[in-house]
Amino acid sequence: MMDRRLLRETSFGLAAKLWQVSWLYVLMLCALAGVGYVALYSAAGGSPEPYADRHVMRFAVGLMVLIGVAMVDIRVIQKLAWPAYGVCLVLLAVVARFGHVGKGAQRWIEFGGLQIQPSEMMKIALVLALASWFHRASWERIGNPLFLIPPLIAILLPVGLILKEPNLGTALITAMLGATIFFAAGVRWWKFLLVALPVPLIARIAYTHLHGYQKARIETFLHPESDPLGAGYNIIQSKIALGSGGMWGKGFLQGTQGQLDFLPEKQTDFIFALIGEQFGLVGGLAVMALLALIILGGMLIALRCRHQFGRLVALGISVNLFLYVFVNIAMAMGAIPVGGVPLPLVSHGGSAMITVMLGFGVLMSVHVHRDVEFSTVEDRF
Amino acid sequence: MRRDTKRTGVFTRRALLLMGGQVALLGGLGARLYQVQVVDAPRYKMLSDQNSVSARLIAPPRGRILDRVGTVVGGNKVNWSAVLIAEETDNVEATLAVFSQLVPLDDHEKSRILREVHRHRSFIPVLVKDFLDWDQMARIEVNAPDLPGVAVDAGTTRIYPFGEKLAHVVGYVAPPTEADVAADPLLALPGIRIGRAGVEKYHDLALRGHAGVVELEVNAVGRVIREIARQEGTPGETVGLTIDADLQQAVVGHLGDESASAVVLDCTNGEVLAMATNPSFDPSLFDSGVPQAQWQAWISDERRPLLNKATEGLYPPGSTFKMAVAMAALEAHALTPTDRIFCKGYIDVGNARFHCWKRGGHGSLDLYGGLKNSCDVFFYETARRTGIDRISAMAHRFGLGTKLDIDLPAQRVGLVPTREWRQAQGHPWEIGDTIVSGIGQGYIQVTPLQLATYVARVATGRAIQPHVTRVMGGEIQPGADSLDWPLMDVTDKWLALVRSGMWAVVNEPGGTAPEARLPGSRWQLAGKTGSAQVIRVSRAEREDTNFNSAKLPWKLRPQALFVAFAPYDAPRYAVSVVVEHGNAGAEEAAPIARDIMMEALTRDPANRAPPNPEQVAEKS
Repeated sequence: MMDRRLLRETSFGLAAKLWQVSWLYVLMLCALAGVGYVALYSAAGGSPEPYADRHVMRFAVGLMVLIGVAMVDIRVIQKLAWPAYGVCLVLLAVVARFGHVGKGAQRWIEFGGLQIQPSEMMKIALVLALASWFHRASWERIGNPLFLIPPLIAILLPVGLILKEPNLGTALITAMLGATIFFAAGVRWWKFLLVALPVPLIARIAYTHLHGYQKARIETFLHPESDPLGAGYNIIQSKIALGSGGMWGKGFLQGTQGQLDFLPEKQTDFIFALIGEQFGLVGGLAVMALLALIILGGMLIALRCRHQFGRLVALGISVNLFLYVFVNIAMAMGAIPVGGVPLPLVSHGGSAMITVMLGFGVLMSVHVHRDVEFSTVEDRF
Repeated sequence: MRRDTKRTGVFTRRALLLMGGQVALLGGLGARLYQVQVVDAPRYKMLSDQNSVSARLIAPPRGRILDRVGTVVGGNKVNWSAVLIAEETDNVEATLAVFSQLVPLDDHEKSRILREVHRHRSFIPVLVKDFLDWDQMARIEVNAPDLPGVAVDAGTTRIYPFGEKLAHVVGYVAPPTEADVAADPLLALPGIRIGRAGVEKYHDLALRGHAGVVELEVNAVGRVIREIARQEGTPGETVGLTIDADLQQAVVGHLGDESASAVVLDCTNGEVLAMATNPSFDPSLFDSGVPQAQWQAWISDERRPLLNKATEGLYPPGSTFKMAVAMAALEAHALTPTDRIFCKGYIDVGNARFHCWKRGGHGSLDLYGGLKNSCDVFFYETARRTGIDRISAMAHRFGLGTKLDIDLPAQRVGLVPTREWRQAQGHPWEIGDTIVSGIGQGYIQVTPLQLATYVARVATGRAIQPHVTRVMGGEIQPGADSLDWPLMDVTDKWLALVRSGMWAVVNEPGGTAPEARLPGSRWQLAGKTGSAQVIRVSRAEREDTNFNSAKLPWKLRPQALFVAFAPYDAPRYAVSVVVEHGNAGAEEAAPIARDIMMEALTRDPANRAPPNPEQVAEKS
């Protein structure tokens, strides 16, 4: 049975599109950016400079990017998927060769005064490319292992380049993101097992090839107290910040760990600990709840979408957001190794903000164009 | 289309599965957050406080040392020092250049300052110049606008207003060594000094006081953000001495240039009114470090200025020992007051001959005459009759060759030998040893403080112990009252007889020390001379009429001693004087003792002590 809405006009006016934007979702994003403003204001010792004001400016630019991208027809985005993937792959290759190293891990290049981290862009491009690939695939084709080889290569290429940067955390997130798309597209369970089984062995071999600081990260994660002033310092100080915040927190601008600089990287990696110290468990859980709403909202957009491309894209972007959030918060409370992953829309950082907002723009485009007529599987195959 | 529906169904199932997984994982994080922020919160709160709260100790001011009337003999003086806080100036070199125009800095100092500025964090003050005088301090303060980053810090240094005159009693302080700091980290506090000698050492803990604590909030690099709490320390206790600084100065004056020591005691309670040692040293040099040359000079001086001769100098008592021999003989009934001994100038015991100091002898003498003339033969014979063990037991009871309860850190016990002691050395006790012990020679060695104690006990019959502390923490210490001390278990009439012999030494024609007679008729002094050989006088020298021990090299001349108490009829002051290698007690030591006694009697410090010298000190 064909839904009547599927037959709706395949293109519609700008005003109608704006009407279709989920403003509630945008409002939640604004709220999250507001959390970021408060946190960055305190990270600067109670000053809008140098983080908080710039954060708001970037978010404003990001909002415009979001709305702009949301207006772009999802079919156009689908057509751009592979070219975007190609561009990002080239950028990754360039950055791997010529990029600047910041903080030992994140590689970036200057592009017209803007610092670009291609690995962040790549995650969105990869979602788009894989979604585009599986969008065209019939259920039978998905069952064919040969059909899965090109997308697998599409995952492994950027993962390999990001590993070379070297950025273990982002590489793992990218790989997991690709795997999630495979999963959502309907790839059989046993095929994941087939790939996952040799992973421990590969991990063992890979560990011997890891860089010293990467090994140190894993070591200090496992035994943070063994090196309290060295690499374990960050984890310990972050846990002290959270733990000393207690149930209700020490109060706005009253966190000694954050205000007295004991908490490292408090405006980026450990901003959640900064929030937890000042606002306690209550504040931390509230921020986590807001993040959960945004993530699950993205998943709902995926479920409501009428075409496979949109579904996979929305799911991929939501999962990407989830992975960011989970890794960042887990590392703040010392549950996983430290990995230079910011908290989206809260942490300080320019290019990450634009990339994240670009992703939300694509997500919103899926939402706006959830019912559009899309060339189906049968058309091509 | 059906295939598409299948694909959609799988997607929906798997998306819902993923959402469930996301919610579960976020829930897990929430639970973990609860663990960290609520369950483990107390531990992390403590760690957070340890991070940001730094407890620092405040050095308490060291307690003052006062003399018996409240004169400060050991105190604190403000010491101004200039420090530089690098972050408060744009140009450290320029600031130092301006500074050196006001207070000269040599290149060595400048390079040290620059080195320290580079080594420390920019907010930590670096010492520029220590021990500024008032003028320099004022110049820096006036020019403060041109000296960004420079601040004047007021610390304290120890001062000793009487300097070398009281150095051996009051002692001195010095910065703690690394070993001290390892034993007690409190001592690492800047400005803390440790008493190294004298009262400063003996009462070091009381004088030091208790450190205060200031709790500071510090950030990750150690910069102080604010003060959270402050608990002031307890200043060190004031120590009031028995010493009379005026008398002490006079005593030092009377010792002149001799290498000598003198002690003045209150006979009735053992209070040390003066304890002088010549030559002396400047105690304030230790605070900032003794120059190497000065140290070498002290160490190599054969007159040993660093030694407190009153408690650490050991001398044969010579004839001053004869009262102890007399008391031992009388108490043992080895001699009665009327027993007479004939002195023909020598005595033969076994195959050895022992000479009297008086060639030709004294003739027949009783005890009174023996003391008055200090007849050696009389006491050779008395010692022989009494036996060494009774003599040494009596000498010990009078404080000779025993450890005194003096509240000073260094004292030597000396020796009055016993048969047992000699045997422990692997030698039999010879009768000749007893004979020479009768005139305070041989193995006997005592300190000037022991001599003064001995005379005081002879004078009062009380077993007083000498002490220099009178008031601590505002309270008069036990021992200030004569009745605090027990009477000695000796027969009063024997004591009186010995005292009368001492009186005769000075006041009767023919006594050995007419020089010690006090001017005027108000007081009478009783005393005893002592001249103790430090080398054996050979038979040839003895028979050479031209032999004169005064012509020997200084180190070989006899020690000159004199002990005395006065007034004779109501003893109050005991004096002992030892002039190292002064040759003859009567000539060298007796006049000094007489002058010192006159000072004591006229000043009468025993009756010149306020109940609370601290109050006197506050007013002055």
